[in-house]
Amino acid sequence: MEHSDILVNIQNLSKLFPVGGGIFRHSDVFVHAVSGFNLQIKRGESVGLVGESGCGKSTTGKLLTRLLDPTEGKIEIASEQGVIDIASLRGKKLKTFRRNVQMIFQDPYESMNPRLTIYDTVAEPLNVQGIGTITEREARITELLETVGLTPAASFLFRYPHELSGGQRQRVAIARALIISPLFVVADEPTSMLDVSVRTGVMHLMQDLATNLNVTYLYITHDLAVARYMCNRIAVMYLGKLVELAETEELLQHAQHPYTKALLSAVPVPDPTYKRSAVEIKGGISKPINPEPRCRFYDRCPLADDSCRDNPHPELEDKGDQHFVACHKI
Amino acid sequence: MTMQTNGITVSTATHAPLWRIRLRLAWRSFKSSWATFAESPVGLIGLGVIIFFGLFALAHPILMHTVWDSATYDPQMGYDMEIAFHPAAPSVRHLLGTDPLGRDVLSQLMYSTRYEFVLGILSAVVTVVIATTIGAVAAYYGGLIDAFLMRLADLVIMVPFLPILIVLSSFTEVGMFELALLIGLLSGFGGNTIVIKSQALSVKVKPFIEAARIAGGSDFHIIFTHLIPNLLPIALLYMMFVVTSAIFSEAVLSYFGLTTIKMSWGIMINTAQTQGYLLRFDTWYLLIPASLAITLLCAAFYLVGRALDEVVNPRLRSR
Repeated sequence: MEHSDILVNIQNLSKLFPVGGGIFRHSDVFVHAVSGFNLQIKRGESVGLVGESGCGKSTTGKLLTRLLDPTEGKIEIASEQGVIDIASLRGKKLKTFRRNVQMIFQDPYESMNPRLTIYDTVAEPLNVQGIGTITEREARITELLETVGLTPAASFLFRYPHELSGGQRQRVAIARALIISPLFVVADEPTSMLDVSVRTGVMHLMQDLATNLNVTYLYITHDLAVARYMCNRIAVMYLGKLVELAETEELLQHAQHPYTKALLSAVPVPDPTYKRSAVEIKGGISKPINPEPRCRFYDRCPLADDSCRDNPHPELEDKGDQHFVACHKI
Repeated sequence: MTMQTNGITVSTATHAPLWRIRLRLAWRSFKSSWATFAESPVGLIGLGVIIFFGLFALAHPILMHTVWDSATYDPQMGYDMEIAFHPAAPSVRHLLGTDPLGRDVLSQLMYSTRYEFVLGILSAVVTVVIATTIGAVAAYYGGLIDAFLMRLADLVIMVPFLPILIVLSSFTEVGMFELALLIGLLSGFGGNTIVIKSQALSVKVKPFIEAARIAGGSDFHIIFTHLIPNLLPIALLYMMFVVTSAIFSEAVLSYFGLTTIKMSWGIMINTAQTQGYLLRFDTWYLLIPASLAITLLCAAFYLVGRALDEVVNPRLRSR
């Protein structure tokens, strides 16, 4: 992997949330939502971040967009101004950085201010960043709305979100995210709230935009089928840690980590005679509150033995072919 | 950033300027809100009464310039020389009679109406500005700021409203304007803040706030373009209830003679009381018109508030 290709370089990213505590009292109990997270994303690539609910994938998205401040670690983005570590940005620099990273939200019904028109919603990043004159902004918004498939744009500009369908709203959300030509877009389950019939349309659109506008995605999802369709690489996350990372087909065909295998076995197969292989893992996902220094998957792992309990959580290891697995047993 | 237009500028040039579109949008949303409002007879009755009092207030200066001569009908200084004994019962000359000081009751009633409106609306506006700003700021920042502002609100709620007005009015001269500010401040920092803050908390966690932050919006930008516009409907609703309580408080204070207001509905009742005509059936015209006016106008604003409640809270709609 050439270093200049790397757009986003996440190193040892951690986010701990205190449990309880208050203004005058500091808590020493923490939820380790994301811990020791390492990931490199290449320019123009779509990386899927897959995991159960509560595994920390949305927190990762919020850290990358700096909605949350990381507890430790680096997030380096190779922007036009050179490589910047966004974890430490403040004030004006942070505002300028925000042109580079945008986010598409899960719920198109809540991600738009009901009192603003589509025009105002899409124009907001331009207004806030002070880009272009009003005429230029209008032209750009019209153009982008047409690009995301809202034609004719003029008939959508001055409508309110409640007058649009879910699919149309998500298209508006995509237009809004792309209006300032970001280098990197975090898409937090953008299709999970949509009807199946519109879902493919929106996914198609996002792929087209990725190739045409050279957008790099981090695609957060719990749906492996969506990830397979959308992403070049898939990263599997479990309790705040990456457990496996590989090219999409490689991961799906040759999953190595027991957790990934379990995830894959849970994907529904459209065949009534198909006999599901026995569920390998036991128990449910727990909260990573002050976790023991052992493999995070120890409690549920079918392969676990004493060495998994006594050693700290394994690091990602290259098993060849850019296939990274974090497991003591493999 | 390059602005690629690719000939699409043609289509943008065809639609009207922004402000005109916004005006049309505002008009449209007003029309749909009005349709909901007009569904409830309660709201229409309230609005009707308010409009009646509005015309009533407007009529006074016109009458003073045309029909009524100022020496006889002036609400404060007038005195009817041709009647030997005041208070005089209603007659053609004085439709609602005269008060113990020989002044025309109808003229007083009409003259006071405009000040009641000014008082009510001014205190409501002060309340809404304070309550919305503080509610939004407390909800948005949370933490210490929130704790401080909410304890302040608790403090203001704990202080009983009328007694503190009584105490304050004994220290300073309280005219109509000061009273309006005082009522506005007290109800602005008190219960209304808490109601609006609770609404702001539910808006604050919506993803569009996060979206605005990712776009680079400052706290100021987020509070004023996203938070407050979503609080305004409920603020408007509480504004109506503040008008009611402001008019009522003024009447009570004036009745006790604790204000330096020259003429108001409360002062009219106060005059009847100090001259010893308060609870006499034969001088009903000193008590009933002013009391009825206070009751009706308070009720009218309250009714409008209830009807607005249906517009603002879709959950209350019967549909």
